[in-house]
Amino acid sequence: MKVPANLGKEEAIGLYEQMLLIRRFEEQSDRLYKSGKIKGFCHLYIGQEAIAVGAISSLRPDDYIITHYRDHGHALARGMDPKVVMSELMGKVTGSSRGLGGSMHLFDVEKRFMGGHAIVGGQLPLATGLAMAIKHKKDDQIVLCFFGDGAVNEGEFHESMNLASMWGLPVLFFLENNLYGMGTHVDFTRSGGREIYTSADAYGIPATQVDGMDVLAVQEVTRQAIQRIRTGEGPVFVEAMCYRFRGHSVQDPMFYRDKEEVKKWEARDPINIFEQMMINDGILESEDIQEVAKCVGQAVSEAVDFADGSDEPGFEAIDQNIYS
Amino acid sequence: MPEITLREALKLGLREALDCDDRVFIMGEDIGLFQGSYAVTSGFLDDYGPDRIKDTPISESAIVGCGVGAAAAGLKPIVEIMTINFMLLAMDQIVNHAAKLRYMSDGQLEVPLVIRTVTGGGGQLGATHSQSFEGWFASVPGLYVAAPSDPYDALGLLRTAIDDNNPIIFAEHAKLYQVRGEVPDEYYSIPLGKAKIKRAGSDVTLVAYSRAVHTALEAAGLLSEKGVEAEVIDLRTLRPLDMNTVLESVRNTGRAVVIEEGWKTGGFAGELVSRIQEEAFDDLDGPVGRVCGLDVPAPYSGRLESKVFPEPQGVVNEIERLYGL
Repeated sequence: MKVPANLGKEEAIGLYEQMLLIRRFEEQSDRLYKSGKIKGFCHLYIGQEAIAVGAISSLRPDDYIITHYRDHGHALARGMDPKVVMSELMGKVTGSSRGLGGSMHLFDVEKRFMGGHAIVGGQLPLATGLAMAIKHKKDDQIVLCFFGDGAVNEGEFHESMNLASMWGLPVLFFLENNLYGMGTHVDFTRSGGREIYTSADAYGIPATQVDGMDVLAVQEVTRQAIQRIRTGEGPVFVEAMCYRFRGHSVQDPMFYRDKEEVKKWEARDPINIFEQMMINDGILESEDIQEVAKCVGQAVSEAVDFADGSDEPGFEAIDQNIYS
Repeated sequence: MPEITLREALKLGLREALDCDDRVFIMGEDIGLFQGSYAVTSGFLDDYGPDRIKDTPISESAIVGCGVGAAAAGLKPIVEIMTINFMLLAMDQIVNHAAKLRYMSDGQLEVPLVIRTVTGGGGQLGATHSQSFEGWFASVPGLYVAAPSDPYDALGLLRTAIDDNNPIIFAEHAKLYQVRGEVPDEYYSIPLGKAKIKRAGSDVTLVAYSRAVHTALEAAGLLSEKGVEAEVIDLRTLRPLDMNTVLESVRNTGRAVVIEEGWKTGGFAGELVSRIQEEAFDDLDGPVGRVCGLDVPAPYSGRLESKVFPEPQGVVNEIERLYGL
């Protein structure tokens, strides 16, 4: 995508900083997992940064986000404190859910970040409910609902698309198509071909595909979609084509794809693409890039120190929030 | 006090909630134009309009999930799943989402959701439409489960369920909608987790909920003719579970039989038997018994079906077998 004429330096730095923060945070998460400080399942967002940043930067603070279990990037892009997110990953009392949720279940309801959800497709019906509440209250927020290509073969996907379209609900269905549901390529899971966004036609939902490696393209498509949704015209579907540079989770040895394919996509690294574009267009200079890298490195390092130095939750937390 | 049916009691409770709280709406299959498959919401669409009485497609998972999402965003949805058999299509939303959001968000989210559904068999509806799964749901931390047996409890528990900020499965037995009972005009409500002694007795404790309470009461009548006085306890809610009332009674009678319409294997009755023997072993004069649904898929044939669900005489026979009474 061409750089829009009105893209200012401050905004460019903001986008770059957020993407780099996610990248460095995830690289650190990888190390911490391998050194045993993060346990359970840990799904890294490396390679998909342009989507979280491009889409979420287009929202208002009172819009809702709901997402899947690969949720660290969305949480950080929404402005959740890296210290709090890292603490949750390490199961500490200072985490977003005091260590009760973990990597796959990040929540910050004040920021309208309504959770990472770890059952594939499970967040889609919830998104319709959030949108229904908006409509019931006659408000004009929207719900940005992320899901992966694995989710589109769940019944909940089709039930939710139908419901949202029929009731004209303000949902942006945002598919992050990274080509793999765990280790199985979409070619082996999807009967209608790779262009999944065409399935939205069946429900009368306008849909489009975008290059998920290009943060500005994602931002532009999201802005257009939101504009339509906010005027009360019902849901929109966006499919962002992207690639997961790392395995499904940290433990994944990636037997199912060859290194050439990974290399090919890594050549389209969303952060490098943006960096080059900004420098070529003279919006950012190499000093700006270095400054951002320094800030981000510091933020991640502080997050790790904070989480590492925090306590584990006390046993009183074990049954405090099952019921209200 | 006026006498009304259990269906009328539910209608009263639902109308009251719709009248008093703009956040309340009802959503489900055929609840509006069709007037409700068990006629609980008949007339509602005309009175409250399509924004409050929402007919849905046949999409149980989306219906429940939509309710969970709307609850998390501050509404008070009442979702109707036509029968408990269809709840299986929404298990992910009920167990993985409704029951977990509060905990996983450390209390940032609340899910004030009522899921009304119809449970039980006995209508010759065959194997897929005659089941009782409320006991399954009662095993899930994060859910509440209510299963009223009469109009008074139905209204009192429904009021509490709607006011409560937790997800609750409200299981209405298909065969109880026409049961009549006194319901006061004055406002009252019934707390969750408070069982009721329906009949006092000192020889044996019968523990039941929903339709099995009526089976227990009929059995108590037959036992009384034999000079055996049964105490009948209606649990009213399976979760929270009022074990205190049960144990107090068992400590007095020394004998207990649990009656449940669901299957014996892995059923909720087994849970009650375990807890009774764990907490009151020294007070027992014999084994704690169970009279449950037969471990078979419900047959269509009326002749065969009559052998599937607990009957009063079966309870009497079991008490004779266990205790020689």
